[in-house]
Amino acid sequence: MTITTPKPTKPWRATPKAMVPNFIAGLSVILGTWFLIEFTGLAGKLGAFLAASALAIVTLSLAAGIQRGGQAAKNVAVGTFVAIGAITAMFPVVSILGTVFVRGIRGIYVGFFTNDMSLASVNDPLDKGGILHAIIGTLLLILFAMLISVPLGILTALYLTEIKGPGSRLIRFLVQAMSGVPSIVAGLFIYSAFISGTGRGFSGFMGSLALSILMLPTVARTAEEVLLLIPADLREAGLALGATQWRTVAMVVVPAAKSGLITAVILGVARIAGETAPLLFTTGGGDAVNGNPFDGVMGSIPFAIWKALIAGSEESNARAWASIFILLVIVLALFFSARRLGKRRV
Amino acid sequence: MAITERQASSPIPTPREITTQPRRSDQFFRSIVFLGGLSSLVILSAIALFLGIRGFEIITREGLKFITGYEWYSSINADGLSGDQPSVYGIGAMLIGTIITALIAVVIGVPIAVATALFLNFYAPNFLKGFLVSVVDLMAAFPSILFGLWGLNVLMPSAEYWAKLLHKYFSFVPLFEVSAPVFTRSPFVAGVVLAIMIIPIVTSVAREVFSQTPLDRIQAAYALGATKWSMIRAVVLPFGSSGVVGGAMLGLGRAMGETVAVFTVLNIVFQANFQILLGAGGNVASLIILKFGEASAEEIKALMAAGLILFILTLVVNMIADLIVNRSGRQGR
Repeated sequence: MTITTPKPTKPWRATPKAMVPNFIAGLSVILGTWFLIEFTGLAGKLGAFLAASALAIVTLSLAAGIQRGGQAAKNVAVGTFVAIGAITAMFPVVSILGTVFVRGIRGIYVGFFTNDMSLASVNDPLDKGGILHAIIGTLLLILFAMLISVPLGILTALYLTEIKGPGSRLIRFLVQAMSGVPSIVAGLFIYSAFISGTGRGFSGFMGSLALSILMLPTVARTAEEVLLLIPADLREAGLALGATQWRTVAMVVVPAAKSGLITAVILGVARIAGETAPLLFTTGGGDAVNGNPFDGVMGSIPFAIWKALIAGSEESNARAWASIFILLVIVLALFFSARRLGKRRV
Repeated sequence: MAITERQASSPIPTPREITTQPRRSDQFFRSIVFLGGLSSLVILSAIALFLGIRGFEIITREGLKFITGYEWYSSINADGLSGDQPSVYGIGAMLIGTIITALIAVVIGVPIAVATALFLNFYAPNFLKGFLVSVVDLMAAFPSILFGLWGLNVLMPSAEYWAKLLHKYFSFVPLFEVSAPVFTRSPFVAGVVLAIMIIPIVTSVAREVFSQTPLDRIQAAYALGATKWSMIRAVVLPFGSSGVVGGAMLGLGRAMGETVAVFTVLNIVFQANFQILLGAGGNVASLIILKFGEASAEEIKALMAAGLILFILTLVVNMIADLIVNRSGRQGR
């Protein structure tokens, strides 16, 4: 007696025969793209991409349609279109990161971090001057913006999640609306309220005030999401032990949400680190190192980039790219640390 | 006797008063949190109040012309020297420019964003999904001046090429006509930069509403033999359509308020320009930044008024968008 064991098969795998139409479709996409680029007005990488996408949608759906009918053709056409859309969305990111890296790395040298611009002009070659003043300024601006907006943001989130008092729907709505306030309006508001007509000049603290308006909604919304994830059991356990609400929030809820709240703060900082428009109205953009945020003009990295960008010469352009490289490194570091912390939920 | 002695030695505690009134410490805590919670209300009303007060004079003087007028001329310059003509302030051209660039951004950006969201939610294999979500989120964290610099140096040449191509083959459409062959720094280029800037927010809103589609309906569609696309068309899109509309409006609001990127890329000209490929345009935010540097006291008031209009415009758009997004997911088959 022979025992026959069935050979394991994978029926969902495409057989070589079924692959043939797709292979033909792929080949015709490549040939067609080459033909279009060679013999028509289309040119450049984007042109090739556009031609290839259009051809891919047509040929792949044709191949599916011949094998499996009209519904399959539509299905494949949409699937291809959607994938191409996602690839298109990736294009600018790759291009931006690549350009910043390639052009920015040229301007980086040690003196760039230890000099300020008080003795140099933006049009000088890159070995003169640096962005020390801007780095110090940006750090101070962020620090003071955090001191204002982190308490307010977390209190707002606590109001929405812990107290759920009257008007919490309205406040949630207003916080959402506030996150859409244009950054220039925040700067203009601080200028109109605290600088214009008061005799006070530009200062770093004014910049921090403007930035905290932009940071507050980000902190509040992220913190609210995090606090909502804390199980109600924890709160009830705290109250059942006889703790007051204040003790429960301070010793149970907030410690449990700690890493999430830190993520909220980091996301808020990432939101404002590169803001330029509000600083143009509030900080004045100094060229020398200024450690006092309450007096005198204060430089910042975005403002330094702005100045170099407006000057428009080749040297200043290189300076702008080098500065934006450093700004991007800061933003990326914040972004990835927020991601890391955010994964460790509660 | 003995019983009364024992009672005296261990007195029965007087019953504690039970109350729903919060303790003193809790009352204090609640009022502090309440005050903190009011901060957004206070800030938003303070913005409207201060910009309104400073801009009041100009708005009442110019009247409706402030919104419809195309001219912006200040007779007093920063040195206090007065010109011969009276000052005129009108942001009509800039308002039209704001709306045109924002609409271009929505027309280009929203389809890409919705396609990306569909791909991420229903098509992408798992190993790709996390990576792509990170990339889209990362895009949202890029500073706007970076988009401006990149748009000016990298995007401009290829956008110019595409603008010429559009003009060559579609110039019978009035939108793509060009009265002078200047294709750089056009509203079209600004619109493309803005489109790239709004892709992350529209994608994340669309992803959110798509992911809330009830699983039982998706599975029911598959069980009835639907392909992926017919499932999406019958279940996901009806369910998420209002969310997508809301997300698009959020993107519109962002695009209207964008300053630095638009200022960097666009050639600001005070005229109503409907030829999107022609290198002349503007938006309210870039007007403010352009004129702020050497403005007289009076012109600054006019800029405050322009800021107020921009604030109200974006706030209204954002509020409608939020209402639509929050309402989404209630309908659908």
